Amino acid sequence: MTAERVADYRVRGPRTELTLGRVRELTREPEAIFWVFVFPILLAAILGVAFRSRPPDALPIAVVSGPQAAARMTVLAAGSDLKPVVLPAAEAQAALARGRVVLVVSASDPPSYTYDPTQPESRAARLAVDEALQRSAGRADAFTPKRAEVSEPGSRYVDFLVPGLLGMNLMGTGMWGIGFSLVVARNGNLLKRIIAAPARKSHVLAAQLTSRLIFLIPEAGALLLFAYFVLGVPLRGSLLLLIAVSLLGALAFSGLGLLTAARPRTIEGVSGVMNLVMVPMWIFSGIFFSTERFPDSMQPFVQALPLTALNDALRGVMLEGTALGPLLPEIAVLAAWGAISFLLALKWFRWQ
Amino acid sequence: MSANAALRCSGLVKKYDDVVAVDGLDLEVQAGECFGMLGPNGAGKTTTVEIFEGLRTPDAGDVEVLGDRWRGDGLALRSRLGIQLQETKFPEKLQVIEVLALFRSFYPRGLEVGDALALVGLEEKARAQVRTLSGGQKQRLSLGCALVGEPELLFLDEPTTGLDPQSRRQTWEIVEALKARGRTVLLTTHYMEEAARLCDRVAVVDHGKVIALGTPRELIASLGAEHVIQFAVAEEHAAAIDADVLKGLPSVEDVARDGGSWRLTVREVHRAVPALLTALSERGAQPTELATHHATLEDVFMALTGRRLRDG
Repeated sequence: MTAERVADYRVRGPRTELTLGRVRELTREPEAIFWVFVFPILLAAILGVAFRSRPPDALPIAVVSGPQAAARMTVLAAGSDLKPVVLPAAEAQAALARGRVVLVVSASDPPSYTYDPTQPESRAARLAVDEALQRSAGRADAFTPKRAEVSEPGSRYVDFLVPGLLGMNLMGTGMWGIGFSLVVARNGNLLKRIIAAPARKSHVLAAQLTSRLIFLIPEAGALLLFAYFVLGVPLRGSLLLLIAVSLLGALAFSGLGLLTAARPRTIEGVSGVMNLVMVPMWIFSGIFFSTERFPDSMQPFVQALPLTALNDALRGVMLEGTALGPLLPEIAVLAAWGAISFLLALKWFRWQ
Repeated sequence: MSANAALRCSGLVKKYDDVVAVDGLDLEVQAGECFGMLGPNGAGKTTTVEIFEGLRTPDAGDVEVLGDRWRGDGLALRSRLGIQLQETKFPEKLQVIEVLALFRSFYPRGLEVGDALALVGLEEKARAQVRTLSGGQKQRLSLGCALVGEPELLFLDEPTTGLDPQSRRQTWEIVEALKARGRTVLLTTHYMEEAARLCDRVAVVDHGKVIALGTPRELIASLGAEHVIQFAVAEEHAAAIDADVLKGLPSVEDVARDGGSWRLTVREVHRAVPALLTALSERGAQPTELATHHATLEDVFMALTGRRLRDG
């Protein structure tokens, strides 16, 4: 750089300089770019492919070898629902125990079915096997129902997944993005040095939040654009409301990030606290599967988590077109987490 | 107190749990002087400086900085100070000029960042990221950040600790340039050559108290002699030598044991050395080591405490 250009260097206000510093640090960190922008897209793409809509797998079953085996095989292999194999009795039992087949048809006449009724696949196999064998033995259907199969956008697994991933990403970057940099700055005496200079503490913390919100735009934007245009995930509600919910979520988790980073002096210390805060939400907040799978007795806890509120609100807006009114409870939960953790963080913050 | 003291404190006390870091310390730094606090690690230098800097509150005592006291957020007072902490890790990915601009933005007035860069000799590194700097360059960046607000009073806490000799000299030159511009500087160090070279006055600090105060020349003169002879004898002859014998030698002012060797503070080397050699050979001992040097602040510290500065 030439001398004139150094001489021309323009110094902006403290808030801008502090925010710019954070933005520069992050944009110069290739790993951060990967985890923040690329990772959620990759995850959505991979999980989207893994759980893509396709005809259900044929259920593997075993037919124990015997005089009836050949006839039963013909009947059972006729439909597309079952994949029968003939095995000697002992091997059939072993295959069932290992989960390679979900049901065993015995050699006796009439046959008996061995299966695990707690497994949905076993139960489905029992129904299909029984129906096929009974029909071939001469049972007539009382009526023939029509079939309507669902595969429209908005009800696929990937549609469920994308809002969850967005919520998870907002949590992760909010907490790590703020927590990590503050602890590094505290550990290296930088926070102390900054407040030893005539910098306002409020400016330092505000710059952290501002830089988070700046990064929210490309971060949420990249995932949503990919989901919308490539995966065909719908946006049924208002875009403005989606942005507002994302913003609130980012702020709430920035508050939590600030709180978890308020005291620790080392990265090891803050990592422990971060995991303590985030792991329950990875499990309970409905990122990969619905929160309804948890028993009723746990629901008050599950629903009080900020990530549950954020995920529910994001899914509401994107998948169900929910308006602001019905989302107020979720918004209240997020706002409360953000405000309370921010205030506690200010109270407990360790500058030196 | 004097009317143009830049800094003064009296009866300063600071305890951490059971440890008394500062134990009734009094100090007064005049405007325009470079004042050194010299002492071993753990002597209470950093705690004292951080109390001056408003980063710690004393348990007792009175502190006045540029005629003002620490209260509220202290931003107005802070903007008149330049503070360099013992160690600061600046963001690795920021460029030198960006770090300087960040610190400049905190001050209501001060230097152009380009001028600050020139002052600490980092023009060539303006666009280099912090992580690429050497230890000495990082230290100069730190100095630049303390200077960028054109402070009336500059605090330098161990500015050259851990630096190589060349970086140390570069730092000294920057501080000397500041002195020439009439800035008040308070620096702490455990390098006696640093204190001797930079400081107009030095307070020797040990166990949280000032144990000697004066110009480096005055402090050395207080030894009563300007030279130090250091010698050792083989272990089997060590018993033959004792302090009384050595004290009796001509021109010797003081005798101290320093581990396996002896230190004699003497007025005239040319009289003391022959007498010493004679005394040793009379007792059948040969020196295994013999050296003389001009007395330094290190010798002052040893005379006062019986310990070396670096040993703490």
